[in-house]
Amino acid sequence: MTSTAFDNVIAEFEPVIGLETHIELGTQTKMFCGCSTEFGGDPNTHVCPVCLGLPGSMPAVNRTAVESTIRMGLALNCSIAPWSRFARKNYFYPDMPKNYQISQYDEPLCINGFLDVTVITEDGPRVFRVEIERVHMEEDTGKLTHGGGAGRIHGATHSLVDYNRAGIPLIEVVTKPIAGTGSLAPDVAKAYVTELRELMRALGVSDVRMEEGSLRCDVNVSLARTGESWGTRTETKNVNSLRSVERAVRTEMIRQAERLRDGNRIVQETRHFNEETGNTTSGRSKEQAEDYRYFPEPDLIPVAPSEEWISELRTTLPEIPSVRRARLQQVWGISDFDMASLVNAGALDLIEQTIHSGVSEQAARKWWMGEFSRIANERGCDLVDLTVQPLDIRQVESLIASGDLTDKLARSVFEGVIAGEGSVAEVISRRGLKVVSDDTSLIAAIEQALAEQPDVAEKIKSGKLQAAGAIVGAVMKATQGQADAAKVRGLLFELLGISE
Amino acid sequence: MTEKIHTIESDLVRQSAATLASAIRQGDVTSEQVTAAHLDRIEQVDPAVHAFLYVNREQSLGRAREVDRGIAEGKISSPLAGVPIALKDLLATKGIPTTCGSRILEGWRPPYNATIVERLEAAGVVSLGKTNMDEFAMGSSTEHSGYGPTRNPWDLERIPGGSGGGSAAAVASFQSPLAIGTDTGGSIRQPAAVTGTVGVKPTYGGVSRYGIVALASSLDQAGPCARDVMDTALLHSIIAGHDPRDSTSINSPVPDVIQAALSADVRQMKIGVIKQLQGEGFQRGVLERFNAALDLLAGLGAEIIEVSCEHFQYALGAYYLILPSEASSNLARFDGMRFGIRRGDDGSNSVEQVMSATREAGFGAEVKRRIMLGTYALSSGYYDAYYGQAQKIRTLITRDFESAFSHVDVLVSPTAPTTAFKIGEKLDDPLAMYLNDIATIPVNLAGNCAMSLPIGLAPEDGLPVGLQIIAPAMADDRLYRVGSALEAALVDQWGGLLIEEAPAL
Repeated sequence: MTSTAFDNVIAEFEPVIGLETHIELGTQTKMFCGCSTEFGGDPNTHVCPVCLGLPGSMPAVNRTAVESTIRMGLALNCSIAPWSRFARKNYFYPDMPKNYQISQYDEPLCINGFLDVTVITEDGPRVFRVEIERVHMEEDTGKLTHGGGAGRIHGATHSLVDYNRAGIPLIEVVTKPIAGTGSLAPDVAKAYVTELRELMRALGVSDVRMEEGSLRCDVNVSLARTGESWGTRTETKNVNSLRSVERAVRTEMIRQAERLRDGNRIVQETRHFNEETGNTTSGRSKEQAEDYRYFPEPDLIPVAPSEEWISELRTTLPEIPSVRRARLQQVWGISDFDMASLVNAGALDLIEQTIHSGVSEQAARKWWMGEFSRIANERGCDLVDLTVQPLDIRQVESLIASGDLTDKLARSVFEGVIAGEGSVAEVISRRGLKVVSDDTSLIAAIEQALAEQPDVAEKIKSGKLQAAGAIVGAVMKATQGQADAAKVRGLLFELLGISE
Repeated sequence: MTEKIHTIESDLVRQSAATLASAIRQGDVTSEQVTAAHLDRIEQVDPAVHAFLYVNREQSLGRAREVDRGIAEGKISSPLAGVPIALKDLLATKGIPTTCGSRILEGWRPPYNATIVERLEAAGVVSLGKTNMDEFAMGSSTEHSGYGPTRNPWDLERIPGGSGGGSAAAVASFQSPLAIGTDTGGSIRQPAAVTGTVGVKPTYGGVSRYGIVALASSLDQAGPCARDVMDTALLHSIIAGHDPRDSTSINSPVPDVIQAALSADVRQMKIGVIKQLQGEGFQRGVLERFNAALDLLAGLGAEIIEVSCEHFQYALGAYYLILPSEASSNLARFDGMRFGIRRGDDGSNSVEQVMSATREAGFGAEVKRRIMLGTYALSSGYYDAYYGQAQKIRTLITRDFESAFSHVDVLVSPTAPTTAFKIGEKLDDPLAMYLNDIATIPVNLAGNCAMSLPIGLAPEDGLPVGLQIIAPAMADDRLYRVGSALEAALVDQWGGLLIEEAPAL
């Protein structure tokens, strides 16, 4: 995948993309029963007759899930249907206890909305309006683990199924076709999913844990020769991270362009995304597509939210993430690029909370986007998973202000806190992290350094003040970093009789 | 009182549930004695009738002793406390085999109880066991059971109706005073009619469906079976009422069916006779008894009015699209993966092949026929023409009822067009079998309630005939008001219930 290959696509073709995103809602209980939705329980421990689809059991709708879907619909500027129904999607698969999935089909709860997303380009930020076709509710399936082969169904000798996930409420957000994005198509796709995630988090309807598979995306891509009508689309299933969404659009555009250039047609089919290679491979074609025999779910009554309920839910909507970002960007006076990287890192809430706890804006941003992002990257986790609290940062910052900690020592303190060595105070005392502020021992260390590097002393005296770094460095080394560099520098000049 | 005790002990199984409950309450007899008497009767006659698929003597007696203690300690007080009951094998019973009459569920013991079962247990009603039925309630004769047919106590060569033939036969042969049935197109009412017993299909949503294995979710409704109207009312009052686990259950007070049964008064009531449900296709003796019953009702002070329900002629066609469609989906879960039998799992077959082999081996012919019909009717391209059109007819039938009930209080018809037919007679002719439910199906499509009540024997074959009373949704009390009035007049005529005439087994 070279950028040249991609540029060649754009020279000849115009992409149209579409996204179907499934997100697990953060309700306490499942969509149609009282089982826990907690992630990671022992297999088949969060199950009951309803989510196991035992004969005779019946679903009952989780009101919180309906509420979350309506709030999501409102936040996406959708109309809320006064009357909508669940349907059965019939197909046989062992991860589906009833061999049908309760979903919404031709009567979704929310329709016709939009979401504005921003893509940062070399020419500055560009806003795209992504139109939303529908938002609807459905239940998740169980999870299959294939054994005895390479972990895939092909070559497996047996499969195990865990129904803990079966019946977890999902919402599916479907866009209308997104055209006119040109070379930015992959970025718009990624920005859209990011924005959707931010929105869900802001609404508190889901914490969108992508590493737990709680957001799954189906990516539709088609190409048309510039100026011609739309081409045949493919649907790449189960693209599960922000980066993969972008890659899937990009590689599928390149693949389709190559086929079209060679005079082949695009087959309407579902494709699989390979997380390791970033490539897509053919699944089943439209001709083999299953007939799901949808019909209205007779075990459930229609969902008919009253206008009062909808207005009440409208009052619970938080500030929309894009509006909030614009506001904070202005207050903090940072660039579009900085804001974008801060959002991508998932640091916005953390920084805001840190500022609320009494830390300066600059310090808050510096810690989260610098040291903490580096550690999170190293550990392959999210910022929010680090155990650092806003109050820890405030405490450390005030120790820096009072001269009890240097920046370097402060980093060591957080390293200890994140490693689970205890509170800020405990780490300081256990690691013995105290600034050496005793002038006598500092002066002794400076004198020793000057004696070891007489040439440097001469340079400084002759006015080359930047040479002082070598002495300061030696002192820091001698004190094992526990000295305040600025102070050492001051004492050095004092000793040499130089004024800065 | 001494005399009374003697009478009861001499023949406990022939008493009504109300009489038994009152004797138990007063301490004249224990639930254990009553239960034991019925278990003895089952041992004696069920080898010939085959009403039961599962009986556990020790379990039932143990439960009866618990109930006796509960009653003594004042913890259980219900109008049927201590009385035994038979449960259609479509009801999930915790730890007790539940087969739905199908081989595919052989050996399955549900880990939970249906809501009805919970309500019966709370009321101190003692289960005797599970009754035979057409596989997954598909049939009108109980011949489609995977475990062999049930026989009609009036004539062992004849069918007891279906799908709830086991429940009706158990009650008719004095093996149990009460039974639970389920009715999707007539499965409570038609067996009641051909066995000379009483059966009610309550208003859709009146009784919880939670734990009742679904045939067609929008049509299924469980209801009471007994030998007289009052017993039916007592059982109805215990099982009815809102259940949050069944979203389609109605959240409003249960109509006072007991009071209605006590009132037994049809004076000034307007009774509509459905024009389309008499005449052609109806057996001569059935119509004869039906007309005699109408005369009796008129004599009791009711006004008899003929009513036309124009769209009933399409009911059977619509029903045989909606039912198979829903059933094809409801029965998809029987795939050998989680419960019941599994076939072909020898390591050489894929999961789809195992599912297919299991369904091939576990389902009977009628079930397969309806799954195929339903799968076809729901297929893309056919949905509108079949399922969609059938739903429109359903609306028209509902409107027919609404318009009829705007000028009459209840509607009546013969419950079934014929008396009990011979075992094997219609097995090769599904359409003839389906036609037996022609009078009962419209009620399920519209979701209102109906009762079947014995009104005598057809002169030509000496077999029971049933009259169907139909009332609007949530007006179940009207069924009991009319039913008990007619029953009282008939008992006056006969000197006892019709069932007393049944041959000894």
